[in-house]
Amino acid sequence: MADLTLTIDGGTVTVPEGSTILDAVRSVGGDLPTLCHGPTLEPANVCRVCMVEVEGAGALVPSCSRVVDEGMVVHTDTDRARHSRTVVMELLASSADLERVDDRFSAWMEDHGADPARFTGATIEGRPAKVHDDLYVRDYARCILCYRCVDACGEQHQNTFAITVAGRGFDAHISTEFDVALPDSACVYCGNCIAVCPTGALEGKIAWDMKEAGTWDIDRQEVTRTVCSYCGVGCNLDIHTQEGAIVDVTSPEDHDVTLGNLCIKGRFGWSFVVSVDE
Amino acid sequence: MFGAGGGTSSYAEIEETDVILMWGSNAREAHPIFFHHVLKGVHNGARLFAIDPRRTATASWADLWLGIDVGSDIALANAVGRHIIEEGLHRTDFIDAATTGFDAYAEAVDRYTLEHAARITGVPASAIAELATAYATAGTAQLCWTLGITEHHNGTENVHALIDLALLTGHVGRWGSGLVPIRGQNNVQGGGDMGALPNKLPGFQDVEDDTIRSRFESAWDAAIPTRSGKHISLMNEAMDEGEIRCLYVLGENPMQSEADGSAMARRLEGLDFMVAQDIFLTRTAELADVVLPAAGWGETEGTVTSSERRVQRSRKAIDPPGSARDDIDILAGLARALGHDWDDRPAKDHWDELRLLSPMHAGMSYDRLEAEGGLQWPCPDEAHPGTPFLHGRLWDRPLTSKRAPFVATEFVPPVDELDHDYPIRLTTGRRLDSYNTGVQSGKYSSPRRIGGSIDLSSTDASNLGVEEGDTVRVISRRGEISAPVRIDPTLRAGLAFMSIHFPDDTDVNQLTIDAWDPKAGTAEFKATAVRVEA
Amino acid sequence: MDLRLLSERPSAEERSAVDALLGSPERGDGRVAVGGHAVRARRHLLLPALHALQDAAGAITRGGVAYISERLSIPPTDVFGVASFYELFEVDGPGGVTERPCDDIACMGRGVAPVGAGTHVEPSACLGQCDRGPAVLRHEPGRGYTVRTGGAIGGPIHQPRSQLRLLRRVGAVDPTSLDAYLDSGGFEALAKAKAMGGEAVIAELEASGLRGRGGAAFPVGRKWDGVRRAAGDKVVIANGDESEPGTFKDRVVMEDDPFAVVEALALFGFVTGAKEGFIYVRGEYPTAAARLEAAVAAAGERGLLDLAIEVRRGAGAYICGEETALFASIEGFRGEPRQKPPFPNEAGVFGRPTGINNIETLVTVLEVLRIGGATFAELGTEGSTGPKLFCVSGDVDRPGVYEVEFGATGRDLLDLAGGVAAGRALGAVLFGGAAGVFGGDDALDVPLTFEDTRAARLTIGAGALIVFDDTTDFEPVVERIARFFSDESCGQCVPCRVGTVRQGESLQRMFSNPASTPLEVRLLGDLAKAMDDSSICGLGRTASLAVRSAIDLGLVGAAHG
Ligand SMILES: Cc1cc2nc3c(=O)[nH]c(=O)nc-3n(C[C@H](O)[C@H](O)[C@H](O)COP(=O)(O)O)c2cc1C
Ligand code: SF4
Ligand code: SF4
Ligand code: SF4
Ligand code: FES
Ligand code: FES
Repeated sequence: MADLTLTIDGGTVTVPEGSTILDAVRSVGGDLPTLCHGPTLEPANVCRVCMVEVEGAGALVPSCSRVVDEGMVVHTDTDRARHSRTVVMELLASSADLERVDDRFSAWMEDHGADPARFTGATIEGRPAKVHDDLYVRDYARCILCYRCVDACGEQHQNTFAITVAGRGFDAHISTEFDVALPDSACVYCGNCIAVCPTGALEGKIAWDMKEAGTWDIDRQEVTRTVCSYCGVGCNLDIHTQEGAIVDVTSPEDHDVTLGNLCIKGRFGWSFVVSVDE
Repeated sequence: MFGAGGGTSSYAEIEETDVILMWGSNAREAHPIFFHHVLKGVHNGARLFAIDPRRTATASWADLWLGIDVGSDIALANAVGRHIIEEGLHRTDFIDAATTGFDAYAEAVDRYTLEHAARITGVPASAIAELATAYATAGTAQLCWTLGITEHHNGTENVHALIDLALLTGHVGRWGSGLVPIRGQNNVQGGGDMGALPNKLPGFQDVEDDTIRSRFESAWDAAIPTRSGKHISLMNEAMDEGEIRCLYVLGENPMQSEADGSAMARRLEGLDFMVAQDIFLTRTAELADVVLPAAGWGETEGTVTSSERRVQRSRKAIDPPGSARDDIDILAGLARALGHDWDDRPAKDHWDELRLLSPMHAGMSYDRLEAEGGLQWPCPDEAHPGTPFLHGRLWDRPLTSKRAPFVATEFVPPVDELDHDYPIRLTTGRRLDSYNTGVQSGKYSSPRRIGGSIDLSSTDASNLGVEEGDTVRVISRRGEISAPVRIDPTLRAGLAFMSIHFPDDTDVNQLTIDAWDPKAGTAEFKATAVRVEA
Repeated sequence: MDLRLLSERPSAEERSAVDALLGSPERGDGRVAVGGHAVRARRHLLLPALHALQDAAGAITRGGVAYISERLSIPPTDVFGVASFYELFEVDGPGGVTERPCDDIACMGRGVAPVGAGTHVEPSACLGQCDRGPAVLRHEPGRGYTVRTGGAIGGPIHQPRSQLRLLRRVGAVDPTSLDAYLDSGGFEALAKAKAMGGEAVIAELEASGLRGRGGAAFPVGRKWDGVRRAAGDKVVIANGDESEPGTFKDRVVMEDDPFAVVEALALFGFVTGAKEGFIYVRGEYPTAAARLEAAVAAAGERGLLDLAIEVRRGAGAYICGEETALFASIEGFRGEPRQKPPFPNEAGVFGRPTGINNIETLVTVLEVLRIGGATFAELGTEGSTGPKLFCVSGDVDRPGVYEVEFGATGRDLLDLAGGVAAGRALGAVLFGGAAGVFGGDDALDVPLTFEDTRAARLTIGAGALIVFDDTTDFEPVVERIARFFSDESCGQCVPCRVGTVRQGESLQRMFSNPASTPLEVRLLGDLAKAMDDSSICGLGRTASLAVRSAIDLGLVGAAHG
């Protein structure tokens, strides 16, 4: 594939054809905030925290999805781009509970001087979490509507289509059909939505309980990579242990067999390891 | 397949192929992450054909589903082969250059006209022809199967009939074209790799080959029996005949996993001595004289091999509970107790020993497995990248290696015939959230689990005058159980289904027949004749 | 695919309504089933199927969703997600009669229309009947939609017919008769185009200087040429989703000159080489949809069409007028706009090269063909050629559609409409509708051309002029505009989904506590910049225009600003 050359903040950058602006920025050690962009998913293009200025384009462009053209001139740090990213972060933080988004994002907020308190009004914060079973929790007060779970449950990974975006505008929300409880829906409990959720809105029950109780402690956790004990496909698993007990099981998103996905047995079927009649 | 016991292709290939055949495989539920790759292929435009008596979750994704009678696979495959030949769609260049036995094959399939096969399989001739044409004319095609093909009295023949189709069309040995048996358990492939087969040493090397055997004998400083051992069904026979008096069972639950359960119970109870080594106190272990608690998944180090022949590291995340120990340590301890000086060595040392003896694993160091996320055998040396697909050699011109043989097969109906007293065909399988006899999967609380049941078509249910949830008696020539009815729209009249996961409630193996395939020793789980009484 | 349905089953009526659209289901014999790509390729029938269900049941019921799901192999959750996107679909609703009285800005001054007793009432944004408001849209199971209007009107046209080009048949030629259309010069433009060939048509269009009338003013010749040059199986679309408050010109054309729309789309297809065409009609325009359907059928039967045309009804979503949202809607997805590029002529509906024009644009093409590109270019101004339809509504004597040559001013149009009522003075004019800009008396002298309005920081938009007299309280008007955007935001992108809500909240705070005005004005400015810069589509990018201009003009927030 041919290489393309572009200018980012005055410096010349060369990237393979098909790279996005974000790829190009990262290729030279830079970075931009992102939320809806998932490494295993097509860009959803919706959160708009990654916007940059491209000369010649009227509006700002999403760096996570805009593919580089030869000779493109990109500015990531203009007042205009920063203003927009800042307001968007403020809007998000004023409308949902971002407390469990990863640390990188809070660093971005700080870096941009975002002040969510400027905007008050309607918020989904405080909505009760949906706890319908022992496997995972949907704590939608934390949902930023990034579409990642819908895309993962849908055509891009799982193809079960148990969840969708329903409603419109500020009322848009992630829902099962007619908002029925999860066990009544089409959900197959693969947890592949959990794997892509950037906000902690979707979380394994054990992890969620521990976070609620304040006992979840990443610093005391170890991750061991192994292979699922069930069928013969060979899915890789990361076993997360805290003080010798399994607290979560995930799959590495850079493993080509799973891309971070598992089925119900792989993700949740491990409790036999800790069951009592051994 | 032609000598190497593994699927030919990588999962990635199925994303790029033109035609996918899922033959006797409900991968959507049994191998969900493999099916992710299938669906990527489908979304990329591949046509999907499903051959399965039930319109399974897999079949419901298909462009065409062929709902054949249980056990009629060979008739269908042979008719597909015949139609391809008749239409001149076979790859004569490939057949001439790289195979043997075509003429005999062509002659053998000649009586499987579309109409004949339609009568045997129950599927219209036009659908068979469509399948044949699509497969033969595809640029690339993947033929996948699982236990629906192998769990028959003639399972090996079934597999041959499918391999023949790939040879006929040249759909093997190329990126995107291959034969893909998906393994039911996380390390059946690895078990085979390691020589856990009655006739093989590690690396699929023949026990009866003197040169090979002597290499192992000198490395191990021990004598190895010169003849192949017995597969499971022969072992059953040997137990019945009193030839086998003592059994050492590692991580298996034959009490509940084998066909004709009451016969199995009699056998195990009749043994002089039985050892069970398992992570659970299974029904089998309950019968054992000695139970050796083993460490399980997440508690041991080692490797497993997946269905794309990829060897990957499995690792220890937590300590085994109580007195449970690593299988290999138990075996070493046993050896010491029997007077040999086996020491407890780390898993890596065992692996390196294997690499010295098994050429196909020689290049797979732990470091590489770690760094490269696993490697696909054969991988003969450390510079070798591993092998994404097998049998590319068949496309070398001139061919410098062995030709691939056609193996002609004949349709033989299932042993357990339907008749007036046993009019319903019962077949078995897995459900998404459960696994085998449920010893592992029964331990987590799946909101999806529907429990044991006898699944019937709505027609059969109404003929019997029963409704969802009613308890019925299911009677075969060997046994009888009772089970609640579930009405299943994926079933046609005359076909019933039970899952294998709930032997404690609905022990389907009280009903199944232990007629078995003479080569692989697999029992005919998939075809039982039953009658259902309200 | 493997569907998991809820337990509710469809009623017999629901089943037969869906079957009437999709054909009877095939009886499976338990031996073969055709599925996969062939079934999934029918996804685009989802919106029509939902209409069929709602028309039968008065609501989107669980059983009905299960049935549609099964018939089209679309997951029930997906059906639900799509249905819940559209205002007109009563998801899990009570069934029965629903009435939707307009409470939008042009009707506001005219009182709210009375609604029938025992009906389910859902206030609505502009129904595109502003010339005869207050308006109500009524839905009755089994009967479909009807529109009731309150205003007394003397027919749609208030201008001498001799001055009309685009509207010359409106009110004069029977819109239900193909013969009448042919007698009045119908299908001559298409014949001419075929005689001269596609390339020559494009040359005429380029010479004409014609620009799109849907709001973006893109040169039509260039657009058609782009589609013509694209490789692949192309599609052409007539955009009749007209939902901008204060806009109703496309409705008048579709209702009263439907054959012209059909002919123009056929011409679009001929020039670009498309074999398939859609007319996407706003769901609130039942008469337009029915007449277009009849026109397509009549012209087809007469062998006048090489293009397969389907009329698609929207279901209550302003955003579906945005072209990429419209594609998604036709495809059977939620009407969510897509990031451009790719542009429609590369990858439009179904990922195929697509040409899309506004209804007025298309019928204006017929006029270009009739009089020739050069003659057409002499009409109007240099930068804005030809005739243009304007929708004048609000506090004027004769609200309606007026056809003028480009260059006319707002005052000219106000005069045509009879001016504001005697004894009243002008308060302000909203140019371009909700996505437009308020202007005062001085703005009335700006020629309504693309170039002059740009220079004066006004807009033409799709041609709406909503007139407010000096008695108007602008606070509720501005709040209603803000609410329009938060209601109509598709909800995808954060600046628009949250920003439009914050904009409304800020206005409310400002109106209830005038002391906060300076603070809120700053906040509104920050919001506007981010919405304008970072929204995916034009809705978010224009959602603050009217609000900002009302503040700038001092219509609201003035005393303390
Ligand atoms: C929010 C929004 C709503 C729109 N609604 C309409 C509409 O109802 N009708 C229309 O023709 N164009 C509408 N457009 C413009 C279309 O996207 C597109 O530009 C137009 O159909 C192209 O036709 P034209 O070139 O003939 O104007 C809308 C745009 C936006 C951003
Ligand atoms: S658990 Fe799996 S099936 Fe259920 S909503 Fe999440 S992705 Fe979809
Ligand atoms: S639940 Fe998580 S993944 Fe899903 S839309 Fe909300 S934030 Fe995104
Ligand atoms: S700007 Fe508004 S309407 Fe447009 S895509 Fe974004 S949320 Fe949807
Ligand atoms: S990360 Fe780019 S739009 Fe969300
Ligand atoms: S119809 Fe009421 S404002 Fe347009």
